[in-house]
Amino acid sequence: MTVIVDLDLCQNHGQCVYAAPEVFAFDEDEILTYHPEPPQSQHDKVRTAVTACPVRAIHLVGGP
Amino acid sequence: MSPLRRVVVVGASLAGLRAAEALRRSGYAGELVLVGDEPHLPYDRPPLTKQLLTGGWRPEQTTLPVAPGLDVTWRLGVPAGGLDVSAHTVHLADGARLHYDGVVLATGARARPWPGPTTPAGVHTIRGLDDAAAVAETLPRARRLLVVGAGFLGGEVAAAARAIGVAVTLVEPRDWPLLGPAGPHVGRFVAALHRANGVDLRLGAGVRRFTGNGRGELTGAELTDGTNVEADLAVLALGAKPNIEWLAGSGLVTDGGLVCDEYCRPLRDDGRPAPHVVAAGDLTRWPHPLAGNELISLGHWSNAAEQADAAAQTLLQPDTTPRYRPVPSFWSDLYGVRMRSVGLPHLADTSETAEHDEANHRLVVTYRRNGQLVGALTANRTSRLAPFRAEIQRRLTSMDPSPLPV
Repeated sequence: MTVIVDLDLCQNHGQCVYAAPEVFAFDEDEILTYHPEPPQSQHDKVRTAVTACPVRAIHLVGGP
Repeated sequence: MSPLRRVVVVGASLAGLRAAEALRRSGYAGELVLVGDEPHLPYDRPPLTKQLLTGGWRPEQTTLPVAPGLDVTWRLGVPAGGLDVSAHTVHLADGARLHYDGVVLATGARARPWPGPTTPAGVHTIRGLDDAAAVAETLPRARRLLVVGAGFLGGEVAAAARAIGVAVTLVEPRDWPLLGPAGPHVGRFVAALHRANGVDLRLGAGVRRFTGNGRGELTGAELTDGTNVEADLAVLALGAKPNIEWLAGSGLVTDGGLVCDEYCRPLRDDGRPAPHVVAAGDLTRWPHPLAGNELISLGHWSNAAEQADAAAQTLLQPDTTPRYRPVPSFWSDLYGVRMRSVGLPHLADTSETAEHDEANHRLVVTYRRNGQLVGALTANRTSRLAPFRAEIQRRLTSMDPSPLPV
């Protein structure tokens, strides 16, 4: 699974950080950072993050 | 597997759509009917007071994506007229009767109307796509917009109008904007934001009456403080009313909302849940432990999405579904300032400003009730929210270990 976040769409709603805190976080400048290749154990949480994002900025490519 | 063969979802907005998606994702393969009173496919509401009003988006851009495999029978443009829980039937306003094995009630809420006599042409509410599109069409030509109510919706409408250079008067009967939902620290911060962006903000004043010309068109309003406002367009942002009237006579308890238990099950007059009936979104009220198990109602995007998911699980797995006990979250954007909150700030008896950086419009406020954290709100500081949310989540999890429904 590869995670791609459209940072032009992202408006810091923070829902992905709540859903999958090991994958998504904000840095000190309030910019979203994320793990583009999360381990298998995180995949369910990442899928939750995808549906929790109100601006649909998170996309998954390939992988199971 | 599930014995359900036909599920009817009443309400085709975010909660209704998310419930349908959750049913399919969880393996429900039977017939799925989505009923909506508007003619539109499900659309997203947050952009209505933002991109739609500033002209950045056309109305059709608010349409929510529908997964190709959803396999839904749409009944759009037809309001529901009644529910018979013993006969498992939804009555539609056009006379149709839909039998169900399971039903999701998600009819949402509508804008609270002006309580007085009829208003002149040019006084609007914004709740649905058509309302917002009507305001969006006249807004760029307006000489002055009057917004009544400086809550989240009213504030966003004022900000959208300023973004396209329209003069705005914003009237709020309380001492600060957002005083009820977010307290005085946030109220002062937001009042300063409005004024810095050129809004004529009138606090502690309501509208006594609207004034019109001989053609019945809006010319302004007289305020309760004796002053007048000239305006040729007005938006009422007076809050929302749950769409529960159609459930009269169903035997379900409606008291300021559809009263549900923690499993998203509407309760009957006898206090028991009605079998095979679940509910989600803005029409519901249900007990939340952060509120001492008092009934709460949340007209928020993420609640509609998450509660719909929980309601679908209850419908499919009535005996093994955990309680719906979310840490609520909410957001609003004002003049590019991102306001984000977790928990239930409105419950607080005390609030405290943890950070305030005026130059960068940054704010962090925490909310406590009986000394315990119940919420936090930030402006341009979303990075600070996660630990507060985690603390609230830990307390909710420890409260009682998710007993199963009875």
